[in-house]
Amino acid sequence: MILIRVFAVLAVLTGINYVAWRWLDSLNWDAWWIAVPLVIAETYSLIDTFLFATTMWRAKEREGPESPPAGTVDVFITTYNEPVAMVMATARAAKNIAYPHETFVLDDGNRPEMAAAARAEGLGYITRSEDWTDKPRHAKAGNLNNALFETDGEFLLILDADQIPDPLILHRTLGYFADDEQVALVQTPQWFINVDEADPLGSQAPLFYGPIQQGKDGWNSAFFCGSNAVLRREALMQLGIVGYVRNLQDSTERTLRAAEKLLAREARRNQSVPELHSELKELRLKVAQARTAISDGEPIADVTYGLHTAINEASRRLVKHDLDVMAEDLIAIHALPVQRDAELGAVVIDEVGLDALATRELSPLAAVKSVGALVDALRVDRPDEAQPIQPLATISVTEDMATAMQLHSMGWKSVYHHEILARGLAPEDLQTMLKQRLRWAQGTMQVFLRDNPLAKRGLSAGQRLMYFGTMWSYLAGFAALVYLSAPVFYLSFGVMPVTAWSGDFFARFLPYFLINQLLFLIVARGIRTWRGQQYALALFPVWIRACTSAFANVVFKKPLGFVVTRKDGRVGGALPLREVWPQLTAMALLVIALITGIVRVLMGTADGTGTLVNTVWVAYSLASLSIVIQALRYKGPAAHAEEAEGAP
Amino acid sequence: MNLSVTTHAHHAVVSPEGRLTASGAPRIKQAIKKLIDEGHARIVVDLAQTEFIDSSGLGALIGGLKAARLAEGDLRLAAASDSVKSVLKLTSLDRVLRDYPTVDSAFSDD
Repeated sequence: MILIRVFAVLAVLTGINYVAWRWLDSLNWDAWWIAVPLVIAETYSLIDTFLFATTMWRAKEREGPESPPAGTVDVFITTYNEPVAMVMATARAAKNIAYPHETFVLDDGNRPEMAAAARAEGLGYITRSEDWTDKPRHAKAGNLNNALFETDGEFLLILDADQIPDPLILHRTLGYFADDEQVALVQTPQWFINVDEADPLGSQAPLFYGPIQQGKDGWNSAFFCGSNAVLRREALMQLGIVGYVRNLQDSTERTLRAAEKLLAREARRNQSVPELHSELKELRLKVAQARTAISDGEPIADVTYGLHTAINEASRRLVKHDLDVMAEDLIAIHALPVQRDAELGAVVIDEVGLDALATRELSPLAAVKSVGALVDALRVDRPDEAQPIQPLATISVTEDMATAMQLHSMGWKSVYHHEILARGLAPEDLQTMLKQRLRWAQGTMQVFLRDNPLAKRGLSAGQRLMYFGTMWSYLAGFAALVYLSAPVFYLSFGVMPVTAWSGDFFARFLPYFLINQLLFLIVARGIRTWRGQQYALALFPVWIRACTSAFANVVFKKPLGFVVTRKDGRVGGALPLREVWPQLTAMALLVIALITGIVRVLMGTADGTGTLVNTVWVAYSLASLSIVIQALRYKGPAAHAEEAEGAP
Repeated sequence: MNLSVTTHAHHAVVSPEGRLTASGAPRIKQAIKKLIDEGHARIVVDLAQTEFIDSSGLGALIGGLKAARLAEGDLRLAAASDSVKSVLKLTSLDRVLRDYPTVDSAFSDD
């Protein structure tokens, strides 16, 4: 721990030393269009280093809970379209969990064969209730929220359809809730069995389900990752209630404000009809009073009930008045404009009389209608949602992160228990993997934009940084773009982003770089992290797309297109070259730049040191990006094993 | 939790006794639904004998409020004990539902 802290401090200090020099003393303003982006990218990386160092500052290795397991438990297996056999394998393993519990299959696909299989094993089977018809479904969060109201266990173990639980999973985790009654969440690692040593898709996340989660745990911000986690029902329900109240306060305030405006407008429009005018003015006054009452702390349900009654009575009077007027008009019609022509025996319509009728402000119906709409809007049951109470957050496609952050902001605690207690299946092809990563990144950026941890009330400084750190890391795609293009411009055209590749550069850059790598090595404790490092760079188009699409979604309400990760092997078809063209293009450009650079040195038109630095730089990028080619050729672990066997 | 239900001329009273938690929530929801189906949409939840309520219990009350309002009635709380009041405050549900001092006062205004 001391070693980690020493290196953490050194990494940040050497980083500041380097980046400050880059800003103040080495910017090549002649090529500002690449020099400035590069130094911004380097500053981005320095902040990333700082956030990583902070994460590791007080990493927590837990021994396990002290208290014995206690409480009633429901095990939820969430499924949408996974094969019934796969879900049932998980369900049977869940049934065999040693601690007493009830097991439920939460089938969002509402499949009869899934229901039959679950019931045959004596397991609970839950699908969405009628309330959800024509309402936003909120994907997995909605599935879980629906089930929460059908069950009553004090604790909930959540498992994805492919995550086979260990029989001892509850024995090993429940005690944390008894140790501290503020604990709302215990997360265990996700581990994949269909991944071999090479793991070309980078599915195992040993750095995340290890040092990073332990680091976050130290700041009481271990993340909820959607599966293999136990949650306290009370904490989730409390979240749901608080969210309901907040939502109701907002929507009532908004509705009343709009109502006041609308009534004022209608009153002006109907000045010529005295009854209507005074009725609308009266209502407007009532709405204004309701607003004041609510801001003075009167309970919303009471105030809206009173207002409701007033509006209903007013519209009843108006409708009655309306009917009276219409009755009079009918008499008038009867008496005046329509006459039977005695000679022709046909109906003659008195055009003049009819015009008079039409221009009279006959019908206040429009006003009554808009008042009626107000009644509808002033509801306390969130009519736009299936359930007024939504315990799991629905502001993001990654409901897990958003929910955990809400829990933390309300003072609940979380635990990361570092022991593999469930084993699952990772995506087996590049396309599925890319979609999954995109969804994670999009969800994280949605939370970043909708409920920013830096501004969120109730979080500690450490928790803010832990959530922000994860969000910050998804901005890496933009930095990668700069890191990839700067050496191409140098090697091909001799464009210098720095004033010189001088001794100063090496003296400041090398310590920073080396200490950073060392910190990483110490933190990883022998875990192989190269795959993760490769993908951090190689998925740059995914990160960029996630940021832009999440921005378009949150700001311009454009749909993201929710993607369910396939767990049953691969999508067939040709090589998904279309999915990775940016990486392939980048690699081609880097190789061309490399050759050009060497030729330029041989011809004596380029600087040797600069070319060397940039060559090493390009080589690192190529080594990282090359994982995409491995991943493209990957045919899943089954094919991989066959090939190995078939080889002489 | 014990649950007793009484009906009166202008309203019905639901009285949960003991601990209103996740295990009691479905029963209170059903009781409210039954009352509404029978035409009693003005409901008072008498909390005088409710020793403790958790968020699942509150969830059931909100569910009841929704059902009552949809049936053109209302659901009101009365006579909450201090421990129940503290939960209402903690979850800020006291910003939505008033705790009337007595069952009789709950619908006295209309």
